[in-house]
Amino acid sequence: MITEIGHYALALAFAVALAQSLVPLHGAHVGRASWMALAGPASQVQFLLVAVAFASLTHAYVVSDFSLVNVARNSHSAKPMLYKITGVWANHEGSMLLWVLILTLFGMLVGTFGRNLPPSLKARVLSVQGMIGAGFLAFILFTSNPFERLPVPPVDGGGMNPLLQDPGVAFHPPFLYLGYVGFSIAFAFAVAALIEGRVDAAWARWVRPWTLLAWSALTMGIAMGSWWAYYELGWGGWWYWDPVENASFMPWLLGTALLHSAIVVEKRDTLKRWTILLAILTFGLSLIGTFLVRSGVLSSVHAFAQDPERGLFILVLLALAIGGALLLYAWRAPALRAGGLFTPVSREGGLLLNNLLMATACATVFLGTLYPLFVDVLGAEKISVGPPYFNATFVPIMIPALVTMALGPMLPWKRGDLAGALQRLRLAFAAAAVTALVTYAVASDGPVLAVLGMAIAVWVLVGTLVEYADRIKLFRAPLRDSARRAANLPRAAYGMTLAHAGMAVLVVGVTGASAWKQESLQMMQVGDSVNLSGYEFSLLDVGQVAGPNYTTRLGTVRVERDGELIAVLFPEKRWYPVQAQETSEAAIHSNGMADLYAVLGEPDETGRWVTRFYRTPLVPWIWAGSLLMVLGGLFSLSDRRLRVGAPRRAAQGSGLAPAPAGG
Amino acid sequence: MRQRLLILLPLALFMVLGGFFLAGLGRDPKVLPSALLDQPVPDFDLPALIPEKGGLASADLVGGVTVVNVFASWCVPCRVEHPLWMRLAEDGDVRMRLVGLNYKDRPQDARGWLTELGDPYTRIGTDADGRVGIDWGVYGVPETFVIDPTGRIRYKHVGPMTEATWTDVIHPLVRSLQP
Repeated sequence: MITEIGHYALALAFAVALAQSLVPLHGAHVGRASWMALAGPASQVQFLLVAVAFASLTHAYVVSDFSLVNVARNSHSAKPMLYKITGVWANHEGSMLLWVLILTLFGMLVGTFGRNLPPSLKARVLSVQGMIGAGFLAFILFTSNPFERLPVPPVDGGGMNPLLQDPGVAFHPPFLYLGYVGFSIAFAFAVAALIEGRVDAAWARWVRPWTLLAWSALTMGIAMGSWWAYYELGWGGWWYWDPVENASFMPWLLGTALLHSAIVVEKRDTLKRWTILLAILTFGLSLIGTFLVRSGVLSSVHAFAQDPERGLFILVLLALAIGGALLLYAWRAPALRAGGLFTPVSREGGLLLNNLLMATACATVFLGTLYPLFVDVLGAEKISVGPPYFNATFVPIMIPALVTMALGPMLPWKRGDLAGALQRLRLAFAAAAVTALVTYAVASDGPVLAVLGMAIAVWVLVGTLVEYADRIKLFRAPLRDSARRAANLPRAAYGMTLAHAGMAVLVVGVTGASAWKQESLQMMQVGDSVNLSGYEFSLLDVGQVAGPNYTTRLGTVRVERDGELIAVLFPEKRWYPVQAQETSEAAIHSNGMADLYAVLGEPDETGRWVTRFYRTPLVPWIWAGSLLMVLGGLFSLSDRRLRVGAPRRAAQGSGLAPAPAGG
Repeated sequence: MRQRLLILLPLALFMVLGGFFLAGLGRDPKVLPSALLDQPVPDFDLPALIPEKGGLASADLVGGVTVVNVFASWCVPCRVEHPLWMRLAEDGDVRMRLVGLNYKDRPQDARGWLTELGDPYTRIGTDADGRVGIDWGVYGVPETFVIDPTGRIRYKHVGPMTEATWTDVIHPLVRSLQP
């Protein structure tokens, strides 16, 4: 019964989405207020209906209702409750439902809190939002229905892929979808602006918080995914350039560009066409990401059940959404007039350079990800593109991007003074030079790129801090004066400082983990010890332990250094009988500066165990840096200027007015 | 005029991309290019991963049915299918040779992987730079080829071998090819 209610609610939501996509749009065209006003309530009703559908599917998972195809295939009664719930979106149909749930949630938020939006813009934004919703609801209802019943329910379900039974990966998709779908709002605003034929500071101030939210969630989602790969796959790696990883990384790169170009639109009323194009393409890449994972066009580790029919449906959606938006762009964008002029050396110029580098990096990843498809379609051989391509092309683009990252915020708007900015950065330059020398002295046997990596990270970090110190006139004004300035600085400024510092921390982590990882692989008897760069790893015990839906072989590994106990690690090898599959759970001890990582393998005939140990310097900094970036995004989001409902076209005038000092 | 063209560029590029997607939908990356089907295996000679077991060359694939499994230590789905190969190797009731082609891998990693998970193969060739993989049309790993006693490729499976594919497709084929 509950299932049928959910199914019915989903069909109703589809009808509401259709109404929402047509009526307000037409109302805005003919200027009929009552038709435009339909958009708000429609977005609320649509969200409620999808929420009912989602809740009823969750209910089916919680009570293990195996009469549903979806539950029978993907769940099992002996699964812990946490994974019964996360199992809702760990499969194709359920994940699409989550996608639409987030989409309608965001639509509802715009519909409810967008009181200050001009009515025609609000109507058009919600109409575009309704169209996306209608497309995806149709996709779910017609090709991927999670509410399909089985005539004869099985006694128990097929279970969930054990690799996915993990808290890290359980919450990785919701964050990714928050990101992907968040960009749909920026997209809807872009399309609505093209229809309206105007883009102004107020428009940018509406787009920015959604982009910030989407970007922060996507950053979090990608970081969680890489953290999961790090400890679950058991190889000590954290990024594999897998097509699906790339699919989430490409919208992140363009989203980063969008985040920065929206600032230029807001403050200087220029770069409008480019920003609109970025908003369209960022969401387009989110859709292409969805398409790649589900269509079977590219093979990947993460692939869902692949089905060309679904792929065709998504391709049509993609063509309508992105093709339609780009057609509209080609038709209407020439009408958007650029405002403020600027010279290449200026804040605008710096942000534009950031945009170009991010877009180039994104194009590089895009080419590498889709190259096998292009080659295949053109009739040549079937090939795959691996990490060497990405390392050789992506890293050289990131180096100038990072170098200019410290420089850009130092330049004033309109016209800057490069020599002056460089002079203010001399401290950062000195720190980077010292870092390079120290790194070279300490790790002279490591790769040269590592020296460069550390120097650039320090350059960005110190540069960012110098910019912050400049702003609050640290050491140039009395301390009390600086403290007052620090308190009055807008949250968005703190957001930038945090996010840029986070990037520096991330670069340190990436450099350390790529350049100085040490590993040792051996056969060990219980009682044996091995030495890995001064650390003594001893295998003390291997025992059998039963888990809720698995049995596990639990190793006990003691790590000592100079006779002093550092850590006791418990690597596991789990066996999931339902799926007849093994997973290895690496044991990790981190002191913040380096990770000790232990993996337990199979025994041989003589009772010796395969063990693998790693010592990876600085690898936790990757996630610490990512978290700082997320925090920066959230800080920026909490700026009162961007608070939902705050932007007012009339009240804010030119949009150049700084935020009033917080009291 | 130039600006007009520039504004149309994104749409044009997207249409080209859409065309590729549409063409890509029709073709399954998992299907063996027909050019290779029923053809003799490409000429190759790979060094051994484990010296005692010997390397892998075209000549090793004639006389008796051979199943060639392309694997790598960095490949997650390979871990998933590995227990199946181990069981088949231990049971030994299927009359076939199971050989491994270690693809784009570091030999020490691959050896560690096999010590950790067990080694079901009778011979293993090391294709560290992936050259031989290209000749074989390897798209991703794992992949599994069935070679008949005359050394011709009769079937290719992409992705982890599942119990169902094994019992429904590969095993019957292996039996039918037996002389």
